[in-house]
Amino acid sequence: MDSAEGVERNVQAGAPAEASPRAAVEGRREFLAKAASGVFAGLVMGGLRVEAEAPPAPASSPAAPFSTASQAEEDVLIRMQRDVERALQKPIEQRRWGMVIDTRKCVACDACTVGCVMENKLPPGVVYRPVIDMEVGTYPNVSRKFLPRPCMQCDNPPCVPVCPVAATFKRPDGVVEIDYDACIGCRYCLTACPYEARTFDFGEEWTETAAAGASGALALDEAHAYELEPSFEYGEPWPRKPGGALKGVFEHSPIGNARKCHFCVHRVEKGMLPMCVTTCIGRATYFGDLNDPSSLVSELAARTNATRLKEELGTEPKVYYLV
Amino acid sequence: MTRNRSLTAVLWVVWLAAAAFGGIGLVERLTMGHALANYTSYVPWGLWVAAYIYFIGLSAGSFLLSSLVYVFGVKRLEGIAKLSLYVAVVTLVLALLTILFDLGHMARFYEVYTRPNFHSMMAWMVWLYTAYFFLLIAELVLATRSERSGRAEIAVRRDRTWLRILGSIGVPLAIAFHGGVGALFGTVLARELWHSPMYPILFLSGALLSGGALMAGIVALFWPRRDEGWRDTLRLLGNIVLGLILLDTLFEWAEYSIAMWYGVGAAVGQLRYMLFGPYWYVFWIVHVLFGVVVPIGLLLGWRKPAGAALASALVVVTFIGVRLDQVIPGLVTPELAGLETAYLSHRLSFNYLPSLFEWQVFVGVVALGVALFYLGYRFLPLVPRVRKGVQA
Repeated sequence: MDSAEGVERNVQAGAPAEASPRAAVEGRREFLAKAASGVFAGLVMGGLRVEAEAPPAPASSPAAPFSTASQAEEDVLIRMQRDVERALQKPIEQRRWGMVIDTRKCVACDACTVGCVMENKLPPGVVYRPVIDMEVGTYPNVSRKFLPRPCMQCDNPPCVPVCPVAATFKRPDGVVEIDYDACIGCRYCLTACPYEARTFDFGEEWTETAAAGASGALALDEAHAYELEPSFEYGEPWPRKPGGALKGVFEHSPIGNARKCHFCVHRVEKGMLPMCVTTCIGRATYFGDLNDPSSLVSELAARTNATRLKEELGTEPKVYYLV
Repeated sequence: MTRNRSLTAVLWVVWLAAAAFGGIGLVERLTMGHALANYTSYVPWGLWVAAYIYFIGLSAGSFLLSSLVYVFGVKRLEGIAKLSLYVAVVTLVLALLTILFDLGHMARFYEVYTRPNFHSMMAWMVWLYTAYFFLLIAELVLATRSERSGRAEIAVRRDRTWLRILGSIGVPLAIAFHGGVGALFGTVLARELWHSPMYPILFLSGALLSGGALMAGIVALFWPRRDEGWRDTLRLLGNIVLGLILLDTLFEWAEYSIAMWYGVGAAVGQLRYMLFGPYWYVFWIVHVLFGVVVPIGLLLGWRKPAGAALASALVVVTFIGVRLDQVIPGLVTPELAGLETAYLSHRLSFNYLPSLFEWQVFVGVVALGVALFYLGYRFLPLVPRVRKGVQA
């Protein structure tokens, strides 16, 4: 348990320091492979698809770095990792990615929110997974409950049919995707989501209002450069380009687009867990294939205390909450 | 005549000021995108969307007024039918411009034609507008041609037949696209206040009212001949506006009273916000007082052209408030309680007030509309000429 967590942390801590896209998407699997085998060269898992010279690895056949047998007292992350790898052996249309969030374990540390912001290079105002802090009762008899809110990846998504240009759609594995190159930015889908899981990219930058300070200009420049680094949503690099003189007409996607949580499918398809699952300090978020009865998420979603948000709307979310 | 001339000068100054103020906004929109707009991800539609349904309502309303002549043969309005068609074209252009400016990717607008998703009410809108635009142009050409002096009677009769056919297609088309704009909101399950079968109907009655009032105002202010025919047309238009105010008020009462009567349900908070929230005055002062009560009083109590003109102008101007109230209150309550404080950003706020920049773009579009109207009014054969070049 500790070793996996430690390695994971190394990856998270290491990635931001390096500026190249390749380093930014290096996955935990690579690190695990390095640690386990001592083979360091040529084993980049996460970045392969975005490298022009490297042939894309088939998503369905990752080399499993784990033993398939479960071990005593292993971290649930290890089991979920195995679940993901097993699912990736199947054709995409047989997978059904789902998430289970144990609200009893959530302490509202916001590590999932922040991890998501880092992974997807989210600008100000764009958030995929806020944690709602609910106060129940009247002072002094109050208690607090926390509700992380990713995209529900509805089986019957209200955001999909409203799109005038069919830029958002449900993938064969059930994840609702946005085609950034097609989205016209009308924001109809933002109004249609009953969970308000979609936000609009106004093109803002974290550093634009930051104070530089006497010796801070360099740091600010670096921070700004980092901000322009690409995210790898949907398996493609999306660098932030501020735009030219007519940027109001020709924005560079994802600026000017609707954006939302996508279960980090770019990571998942490389055998990595979604960032929020990885960074959850309390192991309160679970991820896997709901079509696989032996996966952890399938077991948890079948529990009697599993519930979904706004069931009455018939949206059929694929995010379950344990209460 | 001097009074007229000084009035003209004042109008020119006002228009130039509006064009300059708005022009800056339009340039900023093109060069800076959405940075200066105040809408957020939680209130993603603001003044521009409200302006869009406002303009499109004006277009549908003035078109349906023209169809009273071409389809239903109402002779008393014959004189203003062509002008109504032209006003419908101008306001349609304004509507499309406003919604174009609202897009995050303006340059991708063509995708609505190249890769439409006909499940989406929005895709339907754009396709119906396009059909409607061509129909309006065709009708306008036929209408001006048929009234050209020296045209053979048989050709005039043929033009008239075509006008009736096109108008007959146009009536269901206008009902479809403007009812459809209401349905664009009404079909959204997530928004309790919008999600009502009454919404498309409310949009239609609003279109008839605002479009009818716009034509009444235009005829009152700009019609060159101040004769008995003009007075008669205005009387009829005044009565139409009065009837439509009452009808629209009835529909509004149905929509809002049903939603909030017992004080339970998701829409109650949104309606409370609209009626008693920070922008209560948009409903009570702008809409109810100056858009309903005062116009009704004027239309009943001051049965002169000036009364009808003032009442109609009030209805048209205040109707933007109605449109704002149809768009924004449906968005102001979090779909999940607590979302408002879950992640803080000025783009994740549930409180929206249009920025100066948004008003600038709106004013710029209105100024453009006034210019287009004036050009048509001056140079197209839309109104009878009294003395060429004098009337403005």
